Amino acid sequence: MKTLYWLAKREFWEHRGGFFWAPIITGGIFLLMTVLTITALEVFGLHNNVFHTGDWDFSNHVDTGATKDFGKFLDYMMCSSVVAIVGIMAIVIFFYCLGSLYDDRKDKSILFWQSLPIANWKTVTSKVASAIFIAPAIAAVLGAITGIALVLIAACVASFHGLSISAGLADAHPVRLVTNIIGLIPLYALCALPTIGWLMLCSAWARSKPFLWAFIIPLATTFAVWWLHLLGMPGLDAQWFFSHITARVLFAVTPGNWTPFVDPIHTGSQGDEMFQHLDLLRNYSALASGEMWLGAATGVAMLAGATWLRRWRDDS
Amino acid sequence: MNAVVTAKDVSKRYKNTLALDNVSFQIPAGRIVGLIGPNGAGKTTALKAVLGLTDFQGQLNVLGLDPRTQRDRLMEEVCFIADVAVLPRWIRVSEAIDFVANIHPRFNRAKCESFLARTKLTPGQRVRQMSKGMIVQLHLALVMAIDAKLLVLDEPTLGLDILYRKQFYQNLLEDYFDENKTIIVTTHQVEEIEHILTDLMFIRDGRIVLNTDMDAMGERFAEVMVSADMAATARQLKPLDERQVFGKSIFLFDGVDQAQLKALGEIRRPSVSDLFVATMKGTYA
Repeated sequence: MKTLYWLAKREFWEHRGGFFWAPIITGGIFLLMTVLTITALEVFGLHNNVFHTGDWDFSNHVDTGATKDFGKFLDYMMCSSVVAIVGIMAIVIFFYCLGSLYDDRKDKSILFWQSLPIANWKTVTSKVASAIFIAPAIAAVLGAITGIALVLIAACVASFHGLSISAGLADAHPVRLVTNIIGLIPLYALCALPTIGWLMLCSAWARSKPFLWAFIIPLATTFAVWWLHLLGMPGLDAQWFFSHITARVLFAVTPGNWTPFVDPIHTGSQGDEMFQHLDLLRNYSALASGEMWLGAATGVAMLAGATWLRRWRDDS
Repeated sequence: MNAVVTAKDVSKRYKNTLALDNVSFQIPAGRIVGLIGPNGAGKTTALKAVLGLTDFQGQLNVLGLDPRTQRDRLMEEVCFIADVAVLPRWIRVSEAIDFVANIHPRFNRAKCESFLARTKLTPGQRVRQMSKGMIVQLHLALVMAIDAKLLVLDEPTLGLDILYRKQFYQNLLEDYFDENKTIIVTTHQVEEIEHILTDLMFIRDGRIVLNTDMDAMGERFAEVMVSADMAATARQLKPLDERQVFGKSIFLFDGVDQAQLKALGEIRRPSVSDLFVATMKGTYA
């Protein structure tokens, strides 16, 4: 356990830029853009005397409906910042996996890591954990912090126009949003396994250019399936192959990777559309999908292959 | 028998070349063995087999363990520096120490820090900001702080300037080596390590062509400086090698009686590099 902890820490040291600074910078840009937009609108409003007409003073017609809408707006705002940051994280995770078992072979530093008493399965496990738990958790937390900052800015601005901060915030659901997003990470991890496994297998196997191999093999296979189908081979469906195999193997690190497996008859418990989409019970109905488990098992098998290659790949 | 490494009929074939050809040898504890051979002779392959980094045929026993199947346990007792400057470029000195200290059960942090205190390295420095010589200093400090039974060094000083090279071997000898430790080292700079070696192994085309300790080597091989008039007599004794210096001939003999050689001229113990050149004659031809 101690070894795994330090291995994970090692991954964080090495990828501090992607795991930590990338979400912070994305969040910072998000906040900056919001502030700039609001400032521009305020200045525009001031110049054109919009605010004096009373149209933009909400205090006259504040009713529960308006604060509800405002709360909803804040929820959406928070959610969008989390989505943006988690989306950036997906790109980071993709390239992290591709390099995870390749970069140290390329710069020969593997010779240093292998001089230490660390089992290969622990090395691979620490890298997988970094990709599917640590990086998403950091992104979710930083995304939530950005979201809350956004909401506070929006609420402050609204209060200048007569909407009370407390009313708006009372109708927003930051805690529920954050718990739902954090609660979805294990499901994300499970559904990301096929891509993680494939990328790390390529990373452990390729002598050079793991990126090209990772793309060319599934795409060429898809093309071959399509071509054989054209020739009249029965039982082949390139479109099915692409969405169920190729896309699972290449793009399952994107947020919401579990949605294809969600049982459509499950609707969220209550609340608006956004919370229905984030509803844990609804999303975790994906666990009933056999295809999801098959994908996860394939991912684990590919990770086992990567571990074996890590041990026996002889580069000289 | 307290052999640290026992190899029996070890072979390793790459696609079209035989890197190790039925190699058998034993290395007892408390020795410093120089594994010396031309490029492509199989030195690195032999070391990789010992370290469990490559598969092979035959039997190999390192500290009672099989490097193929028990590598993780083996690495607690064995340490190695393979190639120069292989430390990851992103790591900081303090991170490297923290990591090894928490991963390696036999690492002594205080020792490592005292080695580093003698260098210009600072805790916040990253490997990518260091010169090659400084990277090796850091690597050596990490390795010497590990109380390993076997240390394997594969060309550890290649490309370093002479100050770093001298210091490297001096540190190793003064602060690390003792009778419980064994060191296997390969290098092309034979002259620099010759005085620290206790054993010598020459490898050529995947075979061990010479395996001797330094004392036995002095008894077996002799270099004689012979004046021109005695040269013909000397040649009859089938020297390994002959070269001319200042109008005299220097002959290198293998296993010829020392009393017989005394009559020819002044006897010296040959240097490892002269012996190496004589043994490897025709390697690249």
